[in-house]
Amino acid sequence: MVDGLFSALRLTRSEAGDEIVRTLPGNSAPATSWIGQPIKRVEDARLLTGRGTFIDDHPPVANVCHAAIVRSPHAHARILGYDVADALARPGVVGVVTGEDVAKSTKPFSVGVTAPVHYYCAATDRARFVGEPVAVVIARDRYLAEDAADAVRVDYEPLPVVTDPERALASDAPILHEAVGSNLAGHRRLVYGDPDRAFAEADVVIRERFRFPKYGSTPIETYGIIARWDPLDGILTVWSNFMGPFIMHPLTARVLGLPENRLRFIVPPDIGGSFGIKSSIYPYIALIGLCAMKTGASAVKWIEDRREHLLASSSGTDRIADRELAARRDGTVLGMRYRWLDNVGGYIRSPEPGCSFRPIGNFVGPYRFQNLEVDASVVMTNKSLTGPNRGYACGHLYFETEGMMDRLADRVGLDPAEVRRRNLIPAEAFPYRTPTGGLYDSGDYAAAFDKALEIARYDELKRERDRARAAGRYVGIGLALAVDPSVSNMGYVATALDPQFRAKPEYLPKSGAVDSATVKIDPLGRVTVVMGTTPQGQGHQTVVSQIMADELGVTPRDVTVVDEMDTFTRVWSISSGTYSSRFGSVGTSAAALAARKLKAKLVEYAAHLMEASPEALEFRDGAVRFRTGKGPSYSIKDLAGRAHWHTQSLPDGMEPALQATAVFGFTVSQAVDAEDRVNSSNTYGFIAEVMAVEVDPATAQIRILRYVTVHDAGTIINPMIAEGQIYGGALHGLGGALLEELAYDEDGQLLTGTFMDYLVPTASEAPEIDIAHVVSPSPLTTLGSKGLGESSSMTVPAVLANAVSDALAPIGVRITELPITPSRLWRLIREAKRP
Amino acid sequence: MDSGELAHVRLTVNGVPHEGRCPPRKLLVDFVREDLGLTGTHVGCEHGICGACTILVDGEAMRSCLMLAVQADGAQLTTVEGLARDGQLHPLQEAFREHHGLQCGFCTPGMLLTALDFLRTNPQPSEQEIREGISAVLCRCTGYHGIIKAVAAAAPVLKKS
Amino acid sequence: MKPAKFDYWAPASVDEALALLTRYGGEAKILAGGQSLVPLLNFRLSRPAALIDINRIPALAYIRAENIAEPGPAHGRPPTTEGVLTVRIGAMTRQRTIEFSPAIAERVPLLTEATRWVGHLPIRSRGTIGGSLAHADPSAEYPTVLTALGGSVVARGPKGERTIAGSELFQTYLTTSLAADEILTEVRLPAPPAGAGYAFEELARRHGDFALVGIAAVIARQGERCTMARLATSGAGPVPLRLRAAEEILERDGFGDAAIEAAGRRASELVNPDSDIHASADYRRHLAGVLTQRAIKRALTQATGG
Repeated sequence: MVDGLFSALRLTRSEAGDEIVRTLPGNSAPATSWIGQPIKRVEDARLLTGRGTFIDDHPPVANVCHAAIVRSPHAHARILGYDVADALARPGVVGVVTGEDVAKSTKPFSVGVTAPVHYYCAATDRARFVGEPVAVVIARDRYLAEDAADAVRVDYEPLPVVTDPERALASDAPILHEAVGSNLAGHRRLVYGDPDRAFAEADVVIRERFRFPKYGSTPIETYGIIARWDPLDGILTVWSNFMGPFIMHPLTARVLGLPENRLRFIVPPDIGGSFGIKSSIYPYIALIGLCAMKTGASAVKWIEDRREHLLASSSGTDRIADRELAARRDGTVLGMRYRWLDNVGGYIRSPEPGCSFRPIGNFVGPYRFQNLEVDASVVMTNKSLTGPNRGYACGHLYFETEGMMDRLADRVGLDPAEVRRRNLIPAEAFPYRTPTGGLYDSGDYAAAFDKALEIARYDELKRERDRARAAGRYVGIGLALAVDPSVSNMGYVATALDPQFRAKPEYLPKSGAVDSATVKIDPLGRVTVVMGTTPQGQGHQTVVSQIMADELGVTPRDVTVVDEMDTFTRVWSISSGTYSSRFGSVGTSAAALAARKLKAKLVEYAAHLMEASPEALEFRDGAVRFRTGKGPSYSIKDLAGRAHWHTQSLPDGMEPALQATAVFGFTVSQAVDAEDRVNSSNTYGFIAEVMAVEVDPATAQIRILRYVTVHDAGTIINPMIAEGQIYGGALHGLGGALLEELAYDEDGQLLTGTFMDYLVPTASEAPEIDIAHVVSPSPLTTLGSKGLGESSSMTVPAVLANAVSDALAPIGVRITELPITPSRLWRLIREAKRP
Repeated sequence: MDSGELAHVRLTVNGVPHEGRCPPRKLLVDFVREDLGLTGTHVGCEHGICGACTILVDGEAMRSCLMLAVQADGAQLTTVEGLARDGQLHPLQEAFREHHGLQCGFCTPGMLLTALDFLRTNPQPSEQEIREGISAVLCRCTGYHGIIKAVAAAAPVLKKS
Repeated sequence: MKPAKFDYWAPASVDEALALLTRYGGEAKILAGGQSLVPLLNFRLSRPAALIDINRIPALAYIRAENIAEPGPAHGRPPTTEGVLTVRIGAMTRQRTIEFSPAIAERVPLLTEATRWVGHLPIRSRGTIGGSLAHADPSAEYPTVLTALGGSVVARGPKGERTIAGSELFQTYLTTSLAADEILTEVRLPAPPAGAGYAFEELARRHGDFALVGIAAVIARQGERCTMARLATSGAGPVPLRLRAAEEILERDGFGDAAIEAAGRRASELVNPDSDIHASADYRRHLAGVLTQRAIKRALTQATGG
């Protein structure tokens, strides 16, 4: 099966009509290739001049009213009643919606576990985290809405609070959901190979506990929603900066009791960053949608403010991880055990427990051990809710695994680079099926790792470190290797359910990763591409124009790319959207395939006009020509004019108009099997990093001396954009490692509720980075590209922690917890130095 | 004036006189966006840290979320919409485009005006000084690398002109 | 996050502003630079009945250097008949103006250096010295400079003007001894003796953040003898602290390594910092010692004195 996919010809398959489009080597490769060029972005002109259209700009409807959300000040409390009379009487108020309305008029959201957690778009019976919406005031403007929100009185009965996931599982812990009976939202124990035997046979067993903090990417633009309800048509139109996955569309329709084709999601052309965080806007879409449906407002607008974003948007989980590693004394890893407690907050909100299972296909990372046990518990506590965040669960995974590899190196007396080398999946093994069902499409991990070590001048760096150490300085080197999974296969979510449950006939399996593109040529021969992706700064318009230029022999500037999602007008499916770095592979493949479909049509049309056989013709340099190079040719413009103005000239049976739609789907996106194996992603890149740091013993401040990162993301379409993603991703990782934390006190109050305390890295904290690429094209995508968006957000916490641990090796301090603040590090150093 | 009255705000924005009326508590950033229809200036935090709302007031960079509209009565504002002239990008905008100094574009207006003011106070900055200068604005997309390069590239061009 | 309603006044004179303060009986707030107050308004943590905007009183912004016969009580030099050269700064002088003022750089360069630690340039474009002192954030830089230089402020109320020594101004977190009907109108900073060295050492989690701990040092020497040492803290307690006992070590024992170390140790014993999510009390205490040593050493490098 695997062999069939990777023959000498690169085969790709589009879902529509099960066509197989062969990409023969040498097929119309243009003289100058736009793919691979760092061309300037087409988006910049509008963004630089303040003419972007973000959700809060240019309201699409008139007479919009504004919502202000009343939020629970308690981390855990029963809601006894509401008094909104005063609020309703305030100037400019149009209506008030409370949790009572929500309970009456909406259904709870589907959750990805069997535990009966009732999660509504606002608190109904109880508030379960500080900031949970309890009511909404709608008024003429936001100022007046906030005034009236102040006047809403809610009667609370505070309940005991629990915020730590271990504490939440204790028998005497306060229970958040009575129907569930415990705070365990879900638990799975997954076993691959024979880990018990591996541990029994091991020469070396290492154990460590790690803590990963709760933090989120805090895009500078917050959530924004405009909802308009048309009662006569029964259509709810929602403009929002929701970027997918569009599985949330049917979820929301169901919650509001709307037929799915009466719920319209429109996404504006510009989104101010997301990094996964805007996936979780959908409960607010339901809430504001309900406000539009229930009040007399013609449209309701809600722009989340920063306080709300930090309180109640989304973040990664905080996790307690108990890791075990079994190895031979030569450093070969025989097996590992992962025991996780992931804290998803007051409710388990879809797509959790992706926090545990999103990376199931790459649970083993780049290493070839076959024996693995994963014991994953998903715990609810009185904190804000979690969801996809840049690097989704991989920051956690690699912080732990790469920390364990360093401990292994130390125990067996090997260099940390050597111990990793001994365990890497070799280049010959690709495409490689991991024990957990992942299919690593391509890669040469050893080569990429060697490149990183070479650029870092690893041996010399070690000598410098040893010299510094001898002089009493704390200098250290860290390494981190990671498999970069991109393009989620929706099937991974089902791993949260027991195989017996999945085997039931009424259970609908999940799988897939799909995207579409339409290429059309207008009467004057110009190319327009319509994408349904939802970029938040990744430069899709530019990248697609480069692909079109190569495919159709035009220049990128001549191509217009329309990239706005609208569930009424675009071809889409549940996996659609821009998240999980999927545009780089699915989106680009769809665009290229659509162009090729269109070219095939142009060839067929020209053949008819030239009374020649299509096999004698080819599309080259922007026109259909005889393969021999002799004779007439028809340019796109020639063909477009005829096709549009003179449909009689088309061959019999050919659809009029010059356009083609391609929907690209990965066939390797399959449902999880009965042994809990699933290829949770579709393309897998690789990252190898080296970092050198110095710790100031007086202040425990950390200075990054050197940072090298080598990425393999397959074919790179625009190197400038690719590099930008790496710099950005690295800084997200650095934020999590050193600065950012959504910290709560024992009462569940958020201590870092403003940007004064939630510390986002500034330019002063950004390190110099040496970036290099290696290219192992994916055999699964049309252009060989993989995703690149998560990038070093997944590895910087690991490489930095490893470097600091190495720096403090002389005093035996190892980092097991983040963020590494100077105060915490100083305490660790001081305690280590005590006799 | 009483809280319920409307302040009359007369000001010049990008060289063009404007006026409006608003309650005294209306923030300058909201006034610029809603009353003046200039949505290029963005709201990111409303407590003066992210810098997305930064505009020039009488030539100096200030956070418009920390000013009341009424405080700008009589002032000359420069917003991002005022940088390009006759369809030509300002050299700083050109440099951002050249060096990939933006991705989502949301912090960009604030970043541009902050950098502009910074370069006026320090026309020949070192890289470290540029880093410190633009630390006033938070960006979540670029990791700042492209922005630093852009400001460094623009500095000599602006110094000449 | 939009502010709650307030009445708004923009008086043209201090007297007008005072009359308004009195009229609102403690329910009005003075709006100076707004960099601290407006965030509180936006969060609705502060809901004054009225804002009295003093940005339109040009008479409140100035920088003058004069000899003043009555120096601030904590200056520590015997009063002379000529008085002490004092820089008088109007309360509404912008931090940005201070940053680029040659007069200040010449006479009280400690203030210039400290200003570079105050937030970022766009904040300094609006923030004022009077506002910073009246706000009294325990981690701010200007209160520490006032304390280190033995400065004072002038406050005007309905009964007239009074001078408040820096040591009397800061009472606890975000609280000064200014009365509810008073406005801080002027800051007076005595210039250190000619040849004195200075340093402001700060450690913050990010560039531009409030100090975890900051130390201001002014050192005057005559050869190896310390003729004057002034050390003051930021972020190490509810108000800035003069580290007098540490100063005395230098003034008594000079500038050898042992003395500087001892001064640093004493500094960490003198402070009583808080713990918060950014730093523990122990770490802050430790930092106070480290930064005191660093500040002394750096101030020394500039201190001339035959």
